[in-house]
Amino acid sequence: MGGSSLNKPELIIHGKRTDGREFGELRKFRIKAGIVKNADGSAYLEWGNNRIIAAVYGPREAMPKHSSDPAKAVIKCRYAMAPFSSLSEHGRSGPNRRATEISKVIKEVFENVVLTQEFPGSEIAIFIEILQGDGGTRAAGITAASVALAAAGIPMKDLPFAVSAGRIKDKMVLDLNMIEDNYSDSDMPLAVSPRNNEILLLQMDGGLTKDDLMKGINMVVESGKKITEAQRHALKEMYADSGENGV
Amino acid sequence: MSAIDLVMAEHIRQLAAQGKRVDARGDFDFRPISIAAGIIDNAEGSAEVDMGGTQVLAGVKVDLGEPMSDTPDRGNLSVSAELLPMASPDYEAGPPSPTAIELARVVDRGIRAAECIDLESLFIEEGKVWSVWIDLYVLNYSGNLIDAAGLAAMAALNTCRVPKYEDGKAVREDRSKRLKIDNIVTSTTFGKINGRAFLDTSAEEEAAVDGRLTIQTDGELIRAMQKGLSGGFSVQEVSDLVDRSFEAHTNLKEYITKASK
Repeated sequence: MGGSSLNKPELIIHGKRTDGREFGELRKFRIKAGIVKNADGSAYLEWGNNRIIAAVYGPREAMPKHSSDPAKAVIKCRYAMAPFSSLSEHGRSGPNRRATEISKVIKEVFENVVLTQEFPGSEIAIFIEILQGDGGTRAAGITAASVALAAAGIPMKDLPFAVSAGRIKDKMVLDLNMIEDNYSDSDMPLAVSPRNNEILLLQMDGGLTKDDLMKGINMVVESGKKITEAQRHALKEMYADSGENGV
Repeated sequence: MSAIDLVMAEHIRQLAAQGKRVDARGDFDFRPISIAAGIIDNAEGSAEVDMGGTQVLAGVKVDLGEPMSDTPDRGNLSVSAELLPMASPDYEAGPPSPTAIELARVVDRGIRAAECIDLESLFIEEGKVWSVWIDLYVLNYSGNLIDAAGLAAMAALNTCRVPKYEDGKAVREDRSKRLKIDNIVTSTTFGKINGRAFLDTSAEEEAAVDGRLTIQTDGELIRAMQKGLSGGFSVQEVSDLVDRSFEAHTNLKEYITKASK
């Protein structure tokens, strides 16, 4: 959404998407857990041309003190795009209004699954840095942050994943890349808890009928099996790499 | 949150389990709504909404500006929100909080996605366009800011006038031309309390809300959605609430059109 109506490219040619994918096909992706040594847990995710690092610190004493909650851990989240991460001009460093909103909704995803009541007075800090963005960065950031939290040994009810669905003319498609995101008729990032398929993040704009919406949600839920498997695999690999003591 | 608030929140949770609300409303009833449009003469457009005690004033200014580089043929739209420190004992002065930013951006997305403003009609000449600035002033918080702010923004736009353009300047004394409004979008926000979704939650209820879902529609299509807070929604719940949002649209739209007469 949001691109100019001028020079709108064709996004579907002969029944295929610009990068050759089927409508319901995810981009290729790869997750590696445990790459930021100082962090308690971390993950690197390549999702299409997205390059993302997620790192987690905590549980640790909540700072500043007034941000702490005596009943549970507070979750803090920073999502930010690096100034060099997009094909367009140099961006301003640090979170802008868009990133502030995204940080908030991502934080809320993890408040759902992390057992925060186990760590009163503490904080769990999630950092998501977009090194290269190519559409669907908040979704990819959530998928990576899930792995980073698990790698940090944070107790969670589930390992959420996220991916977007959208509409291009009369077709619902899965996992929009940057060009599709810019010129689609609607875009909807979703985060899902795979154990019960509850929707933990849902944002959408553009225009969808209810049928489109349900089709999009179902595409995302369906794609989760593959993503969950890759998340778990990354965690197992991390322990396999770290020797028999798991250190 | 005070002890009394916590006790009330627990009471509201228990009521929700029995399908009841603390103010005896139906699950999908709005509180009383009133709109006063055109109350700030100096602004190009304005409207104040009272939704069950939540008061939001939307002011619109229309200024000369430059187009964005990727949309040289269109005017600009910008939405900001201020949670004024007078509006709640929990609000503090300072830079916009994530809550205020989310509020502004959700309202912005609804208006933009539904193409409510014909931005192409705001093109003046190469490099010169009108910029529409919507400021959402929260005067009193009593729950459900998003729907109240969305209604205020839409009603303010519907009264909005565009200054005359003369000799490269905006002549604000002559504002006979109306802003061209192509569509009306309305917002419905549902708060989930103890597993049950309720429309238009009050401040007391919001202390017990686990998850919220905002659905904006123009009656034809879903135009924008935002899930907020930690609670999740099942696919079936989303489906049901979309139906409720379409049902509420006609009534909400009438408030907007009546207010701007």
